[in-house]
Order: sequence, then C-alpha cells, then structure tokens
Amino acid sequence: MSEIIKVGMADLKICKSPDGITTLGLGSCVGIAIRDPITKIGGLAHVMLPDSTVIANNSNKPKFADTGIEMLVDLIVKAGANRTRLVAKIAGGAQMFGFQNKNDLVRVGERNVEASKKKLAELRIPILAEDTGLNYGRTVIFYPETGDYIIRAVGKNEKTI
Amino acid sequence: MSDKLDLHAMSSQYVDVLKELGNIGAGNAMTALAQMLQCKVDMRVPLVRLLEFSEIGEVMGGEEQIMAGIYLAVDGDITGSIMFLLEKGSAMHLVEKLMGMPASEDGNFSEMEISALQEIGNIITGSYLNSLSAMTGLKIVPSIPALSIDMAGAILSVPAIEFGLIGDNILMIETQFSDDRDIEGYFILVPDLESYDKILSSLGLR
Repeated sequence: MSEIIKVGMADLKICKSPDGITTLGLGSCVGIAIRDPITKIGGLAHVMLPDSTVIANNSNKPKFADTGIEMLVDLIVKAGANRTRLVAKIAGGAQMFGFQNKNDLVRVGERNVEASKKKLAELRIPILAEDTGLNYGRTVIFYPETGDYIIRAVGKNEKTI
Repeated sequence: MSDKLDLHAMSSQYVDVLKELGNIGAGNAMTALAQMLQCKVDMRVPLVRLLEFSEIGEVMGGEEQIMAGIYLAVDGDITGSIMFLLEKGSAMHLVEKLMGMPASEDGNFSEMEISALQEIGNIITGSYLNSLSAMTGLKIVPSIPALSIDMAGAILSVPAIEFGLIGDNILMIETQFSDDRDIEGYFILVPDLESYDKILSSLGLR
C-alpha cells in the first residue's frame, strides 16, 4: 500500500515510490518537488521566504527557498538518488490579496518563485514544469514514481503538470 | 530592544495584555457587528494562541478548509497588518443576515455578496483597531480591506510570511460568537517589531 506523506508550512520531507507526498493550501509559499527518475526517490519543500541571508533569525532552513532547496537535495541524495539526474517541478507563489503592505513583502510570492528558480539553476536541477503566480491557493501532491505533480485549487479543475 | 523580542519567550504578563487587548477589541468588533445586523450577538472569551506554522491550518479545521479572509494594512504610529478570518459557511450566514435574503445557490459569492462581506470585515477590523487605538493612545490608520476566499492555508500564508520574518510562530486571537448559530472568527494582528514595543510601552509595560 502506498502512503501520502504530509509536509507542513516551512517544512520539507523526502519520499520514495510508490508513496506520494503532499502539502495543503499553498498560498504565497512555493512547493518545490524534486525527484530522481531512475531511483524514484523524491521530496517536497514548502518554503515561505526567498532568502535566508537577509533574515537574522534564519536557523529554520526549510523556511527559506535557498536553504530549503539545498537541504531537500541533500536529503534526497543521502537517501540514494543521483544528484546529476535530479529534476524539479514547482507550484505556488500566488499573491493572495490585491495589495500587501510592506514594500519588501510586495510580490513575496513572485519573489519566492524567482528565488526557487535561482537556487535550482545554481544546483543545475532543471525545472520540468511550473504552476505559479496568480491569486489563488493550491494543494499539491507529488509522486516520485511518475513525476506527476497534481495541483488542486478551489473552484478549478485538478491538473497534473 | 526590539531585536531581542522573541514571541516564544514572551512573558505571561505580555500574553495577558494581548489577551485583554484581543478581548476588548473583539468585544467592540462584535458590538459593531450586532448593530449592523440588528441582532444580539453572544461572545465567548477569546483565546490567544501562539502557534507553530505547521499547526495553523489545523486550528481552523484543516489547511483546505475554505475561509473568507479580510486583510488590511495598518499605518500610523504602529505599522503592520491585521487579518480577520471566517469559515465560508459563517461568512455566507453573515452576508445573508446583512442583506436580508438568501445567498447565491451555487455556493459562490456574487459580486454584491462579496462587497457585503468586505463591509462586514471592514467594520469588524475597524472597530477592533479603534479599541486598540483608544487603549494605547496610538494612532492607527487602516488601509482599504482586501478579501480572499480560498483555502485556510493559502490565506494564512500571508500573515505567516510576515511573522516568518521575525520567528517561527504566529500569534492568533480566536473568537467565538453566536447569534442563532455558532460562528468562529480569527483575528491575526501582525505588528512589526518596533510596533510591539510601542504597544507595550504605551501601556506602561516596557
């Protein structure tokens, strides 16, 4: 029997086929799914903020796109995946409200997406698909077996990227 | 000073103060709501909770629970933001009350219902902030409210990210009130760091 592993906000976990991994209600946060298509080992990170280097209290690595992705990749590799084969899909980074108040928080969703892409590029992990931006929340489920990244949103059809 | 502020190590006295501010603020908000709806509203003592990010969805019945969230930026002597959340069914109920007619049958809010909901949120958060301002003597200027009807997790990501800049917890005030049905509402006040200090000093606590 396969299980669905749950990842919370500012959290990350790894997952092996046939299990799936999910995070519920992504808003401005980004869900980064990474897998090795041969060993079918993968994982999911739910990051909240783009950059750990500009925050004093940054010990919580899964909270940030830069340190979160690095930590997720390390865990996946440690579990037996090959670093050079890793591929990624990303979702989330919405702007939930028409405005957000502080200047550095304006477009935080967009900045989370940019930071995630930048980190993945730095680690030479190709992004195969994305479903990001706009103004609604997303629940995501990732299956390292197939690489399917399923996205659900309120009042919208489920899609697989 | 402010860089030493750690929400987790907050003194119980501080939690009591926040609780009291939350209590009075929510009380005023409910009075305003009762006036608007022209009904009697009973309210229980609010709960002030300091939650881990991973716990916040569960408080509201899961991250995928559909909520109406009203979000305002706050400016003036303190800066930050305030959010008020209601479960979708409760929101629908309040809108029906306010408009005096049944809500749209398809379960989605019409444009008119959305503006009614925005007005409800405006009144609730406005009276909350007014009482905070009256108690502290601080000038608080709210922005125009923005509304989102979506999954709890997604809506909460916005204040969570603001809290995320200073720590790993979120401070939430949970209120329960009822007219002819129970309604749970949640206030999340996100003052920035200097504003925490200002609120405390204005009350003579720092």
